[in-house]
Amino acid sequence: MNILDFSPAPGAAPASGRVVAHAFTEARLLVRNGEQLLLALVIPVAILVLGRFLGGQFGELATLAPSVLALAIWSSSFTSVAIATGFERRYGVLERLAATPLGRGGLLAGKAGAVILVVAGQLVILAGTAAALGWRPQFSALSAIAGGAAVLLAIAAFCCLALALAGTLRAEATLALANLVYLVLLVGGALVLPVARYPELVQPVLRLLPTAALGETLRHSAAGQPLWWPLLVLAGWLLVGSGVVAKVFRWTS
Amino acid sequence: MPIRDDAALVGAGVVVHFGGRPALDGLTLTAERGKLTALLGPNGAGKTTLIRCCTGLLRPSAGTVRVLGGDAGTAAAAGRVGFMPQSTGAWSGIRPVELLRYLAGLYAQPLDVAALSQRLGIDAFARTPYRRLSGGQQQAVNLAGALVGRPELVFLDEPTAGMDPHARRATWVLLEELRSAGVTIVLTTHSMEEAQQLADYVFIVDRGRVAVAGTVGQLTGAGQTLEQVFLANTGGTAAR
Repeated sequence: MNILDFSPAPGAAPASGRVVAHAFTEARLLVRNGEQLLLALVIPVAILVLGRFLGGQFGELATLAPSVLALAIWSSSFTSVAIATGFERRYGVLERLAATPLGRGGLLAGKAGAVILVVAGQLVILAGTAAALGWRPQFSALSAIAGGAAVLLAIAAFCCLALALAGTLRAEATLALANLVYLVLLVGGALVLPVARYPELVQPVLRLLPTAALGETLRHSAAGQPLWWPLLVLAGWLLVGSGVVAKVFRWTS
Repeated sequence: MPIRDDAALVGAGVVVHFGGRPALDGLTLTAERGKLTALLGPNGAGKTTLIRCCTGLLRPSAGTVRVLGGDAGTAAAAGRVGFMPQSTGAWSGIRPVELLRYLAGLYAQPLDVAALSQRLGIDAFARTPYRRLSGGQQQAVNLAGALVGRPELVFLDEPTAGMDPHARRATWVLLEELRSAGVTIVLTTHSMEEAQQLADYVFIVDRGRVAVAGTVGQLTGAGQTLEQVFLANTGGTAAR
């Protein structure tokens, strides 16, 4: 048989295979991108090292290490996804893929899979680095469950917020706004610093932010204290975010 | 041309508005199975908008689009349709061979990626990141991406734009081979020579409507060139 037989033989690969193929392709591209690598690993590792040697200003390692894990999840699930998707939309990648058997649902599932792969790699490297610097977390079974649930909810909620941004704005505007939001919530969103370190007046508002919910859960989780209220906050953001994405996301620019 | 239910593509009275302006304004056309149908029209005439309706990306506010006997989008989901976008259509950092292997993985019986790459001359730059390819090389990769799943129907949005004359001629030979193999081809082009060389049937679209249609022989029967027919039947641009 001619291996370049152009006669039609249409058909879709199994759905799971399509999603896995997309997840690994997108994860490879994310890891290969230098700017994304800076956000994903270089900045978090730098904060860990500074925290270890400058102590007081950055918080003790017991608090700082889970905070940095939260930061890594935030950068990969929100900033990286928003910027990558904004340019995929601009360059017609979404338009092309929406016309393949992958389809829109598969594309979104594949994107989520790619983020989970990247975040898993980040968590292993950053937790290993923190352990090498002296971090000794005190997870209990319940606190680990709360922490794991918060990570999954946060990834989904941050991805939805990223897609809402990337699916409506121009790629350049998405790039600028995603980086701005990343920095604002890094500094002021109780992601890296515990809520208790902020003025009392703003603490109730901070507790409603998804970044604070993730940061607080991981910090308490690493100390062996399960925290459940942030899961409700993250679930609320996921609900709102997915609703907004379904309503406003546009596949073409 | 009478509308036939068994045609590969049937658009009837298709209307799409962007910001209150009509991009498609009651467009009606068909593409017969196993034939090459060319859509000609000035920039903004609605050609790309029509293809987006055919792949299910846009939903018309009025009229119907049926692709391979079903609703638009269903055929693409089943892997029956190939699509070559007008511009880019790939991640900037991906290598051609990576992109083609990934796309092949979405289909049940894809073409052999190495053989397809060799046929389209992609193997010479198979590991160069997409953003570093010339316009013609990117077009070759995009064309391969549209064909790798062995579709029944391919939509090619300006497939030879940016190609040098050698690559363009090679692409024409490939399109003729596809048609001979039974693939239905719908392509948009600004090249009258391309339409004249390849098309079984031509639709000249202007301001979201079909201005005139027929075989090249029918359109040029009065002694005019295809370009003269095009200029006489098209006026300007409309919002896409």
